[in-house]
Amino acid sequence: MRFLSFLLAAVVASAAGAQTPLNLPPASERGSVLLRGGTVHTVTNGTLEDTDVLVRDGTIAEIGAGLQAPRGVRVVEMAGRHLMPGVIDAHSHIALSSVNEATNPIVAEVQMRDALDPSDVGIYRALAGGVTSIHVMHGSANPVGGENETLKLRWGTLDPDGLLFEGAPRTIKFALGENPTRVHGRGRGVRPSTRMGIEQVYREAFTEARAYRAAQLAAQEGRQPLPPYDRRLETLADILSGDVLVHSHSYRADEILMLTRVFSDFGIERLTFQHANEAFKVAPELAAWGAGASVFSDWGSYKFEVYYSSAYNAAVLTRNGVRTSINSDDAGLLRYLYHEAAKTQRYGGLTDDQALAMVTINPAHQLGIDDRVGSVEVGKDADLAVFSAHPLSIYARVDLTFVDGVARFDRERDGDDQRVYVDPTEEVVSVQSRGHTESCMLGADLDALVYGD
Amino acid sequence: MRAPARAGPAAGEVALFSLPMRLLLLALAALAVAPAHAQGPQYRARAGTFALTDCRIETVTRGVVERGVVVIEDGKIAAVGAAAVPAGAVEVPCDGGTVYPGMIDSGTLIGLEEVGSQDETQDFDELGDVTPQMQALTAINTSSIHFPITRVSGVTTALSVPQGGMMPGTAALLNLHGYTPQQMATGFEGVVLNFPQSGRRGRFDRREQEAIDKAAKEAMEKLDEVWEQAALYARIDSARAAGGGRQPTGEMAYQPEMAALLPVVRGERVLLVEANAAADILKAIEWLDGKGLSAVLTGVAEGWRVADKIAQAGLPVVTGPVTGLPTRASDRYDRTYQNAALLAQAGVQVALRTDDRMQNYRNLPFHAGFAVAHGQDVGFDRQAALEAITIAPARIFGVDDRLGSVEVGKSATLFIADGDPFEPSTQVQAVFIDGYQIPMVSRQIELYQEYLNRSPGLTARPAGADRQP
Repeated sequence: MRFLSFLLAAVVASAAGAQTPLNLPPASERGSVLLRGGTVHTVTNGTLEDTDVLVRDGTIAEIGAGLQAPRGVRVVEMAGRHLMPGVIDAHSHIALSSVNEATNPIVAEVQMRDALDPSDVGIYRALAGGVTSIHVMHGSANPVGGENETLKLRWGTLDPDGLLFEGAPRTIKFALGENPTRVHGRGRGVRPSTRMGIEQVYREAFTEARAYRAAQLAAQEGRQPLPPYDRRLETLADILSGDVLVHSHSYRADEILMLTRVFSDFGIERLTFQHANEAFKVAPELAAWGAGASVFSDWGSYKFEVYYSSAYNAAVLTRNGVRTSINSDDAGLLRYLYHEAAKTQRYGGLTDDQALAMVTINPAHQLGIDDRVGSVEVGKDADLAVFSAHPLSIYARVDLTFVDGVARFDRERDGDDQRVYVDPTEEVVSVQSRGHTESCMLGADLDALVYGD
Repeated sequence: MRAPARAGPAAGEVALFSLPMRLLLLALAALAVAPAHAQGPQYRARAGTFALTDCRIETVTRGVVERGVVVIEDGKIAAVGAAAVPAGAVEVPCDGGTVYPGMIDSGTLIGLEEVGSQDETQDFDELGDVTPQMQALTAINTSSIHFPITRVSGVTTALSVPQGGMMPGTAALLNLHGYTPQQMATGFEGVVLNFPQSGRRGRFDRREQEAIDKAAKEAMEKLDEVWEQAALYARIDSARAAGGGRQPTGEMAYQPEMAALLPVVRGERVLLVEANAAADILKAIEWLDGKGLSAVLTGVAEGWRVADKIAQAGLPVVTGPVTGLPTRASDRYDRTYQNAALLAQAGVQVALRTDDRMQNYRNLPFHAGFAVAHGQDVGFDRQAALEAITIAPARIFGVDDRLGSVEVGKSATLFIADGDPFEPSTQVQAVFIDGYQIPMVSRQIELYQEYLNRSPGLTARPAGADRQP
């Protein structure tokens, strides 16, 4: 069925004659292009007017004036247009066939890599909003969720591995507050049912993982037999050693502080809080600890623990020295994160560079990929977005999005229908959506019902 | 873009009183503080005669005044353009900022919902499928934090819409300031009809096609049956009113649903018909044909597919969210952004709504901006978008004698912005609703002011305070 659908998509595509994902280069392609004479928002080195950017084999090769395109290399005239680093979303749930393994308070053993769906048209729609990388996360049903995956949006590939951001650090989802206490405490009658309980879930798990790793070391030294292999404890131990970065779903100030204390006690040095609607209340503590925050621009009131939110969250955090990004957690919002970043100018008056950093270099840093992407610098990956106007202007539109120097969104050339997989049961989905569920509870709500929540 | 110099919101104004006089007035105001404030005395609005000076004025209906004055007296706009500042008026300098009519969000849950996941704070969905007698105005929580959060953005007016069954209730257009729902009411109310959906309700709708078709058929039959009853009720009511010896006497039997539909059947009250899929829109148009109703199509997500048909039917449209996802995976990525533009191009009168599930009704100007960014190629320019959130909804809801433009005699419901309100970097400087100057505070702003430079800031932890046993 899937293959037939694929063929059908191919027939539809060739009939239309416009660019489709099926005639895009493979995921392994590294492109070259000259972007001539545009306004370049480097994010890390200011804004350059009337500047050329030469991309060679997927990498930014030169930034300057009067650059020449090698023979056969596409030239994009940038006069009046703006170039910025591709947008990076540190919190997404698109391109996934499942989100929550909500059956245990700790599921460190599962990986989103096993649930990737490269045919999700949401990938293309994100590219159409200038997005080049997303962090696809496990859901927030458990204090410890599964491992996330950092992706490059190489739209057109049918190979899930083609989306992987090679060399990106491993990351894992944690979750505090209402969701895990609802699913497990109230839904299943097991700890945690309170924020107190969540702390102890972590302390117990890390203590066990520390003992597990110590036993492995002792075995290597021949002092005792090797403990039975336990994938859950392996991952938890990798968190303790700093090999897996933690991104924790959180809302309230108290629970945010709790996790920093737990991490301090177990010697874990890196931590990013996701959502973190009340992070602004403990911004000095977060700055002193060195934790990051990845927040919504203006979401709140969709549940009680976000009732005391403020759209000024990102501005307060930034002014207190907390590295902050703005994320989507939503297939719709993902398409205009550049606009979400712009809202930090209305709510707190951030500068252009501060605002742009919210969706470029800051999320790159939080994902550990800032040496590769997040700014327009020579040597970095050519993951770039071309805008028709200043990207923080409401009137801006994305014209082109490059991943590894390959234009995977091209407003002029792309056909309307960009599906790689035609779902025969496709239905009209009303935009009038009254669901107040966070995307990161997908799958968990059904479980909660089954468990009698 | 620029980096705004001002860190926080401010309502720049200069009172035309001496300092001692102002202090005296302040003291009097403090004494007059009644205990009935929604969220504290800082939320008290100010009545009086105001002169907005040194302003650019986008009237919406009568062009742009590049430099002029707006005088507010007795809650109304008394002068626009080259006018003298009346004696005793409080001067509010625009400082080169622009005056706009208050923006109107034509579809929200404001006042009917406080917290999304907390049923106890939600009053928009009564039990029952046909409950047009449920009045939004009855359950508007005037203390909701969402009123200040929304209005300081320049969104001064919003339609609050019951949700749920086929006829979930009667929506009300509110001005977002007042201590009773009646003080907020603009006078417009409309009965909501969620037109039966013929298709699947979403990707989690796992029903067999047969079950879907059956449910759709039954829903249409039910709607027709309800309408037949309502028409009959109206005929009986008319006959009674006409009198005559052979008419039965006494009151009509108690049928609150039918009583609520009576003015709709007679075309005296608007029927707000929610339909989103193209097939449902067409069916709604067909159903409305010949009934002589005063109808507005709402939602209309796939309106662009059948725009000509909507235009032919002469039905006005409320559409949004503009930033919603396309309804079909096969649709071009920007179809929803363009929907309003494509409808307008076909000749449909369009108003925008946010219908925002996060209660971000303050994003209305951004929805309008998106409609321009993706719709200007087909003629939907900034002026068209501005009209779609001001005068167009005012006309559709029949309140354009009071709202929707900056004109003499209209309600002084307007705001001042230091730039284009569609641009995120723009700051709203001042807001007036029905002539009251609204303080530029909301809980979100107060949290910002409290926490930006928190005191105490970072302090050393008491020894052992966090030690784990």
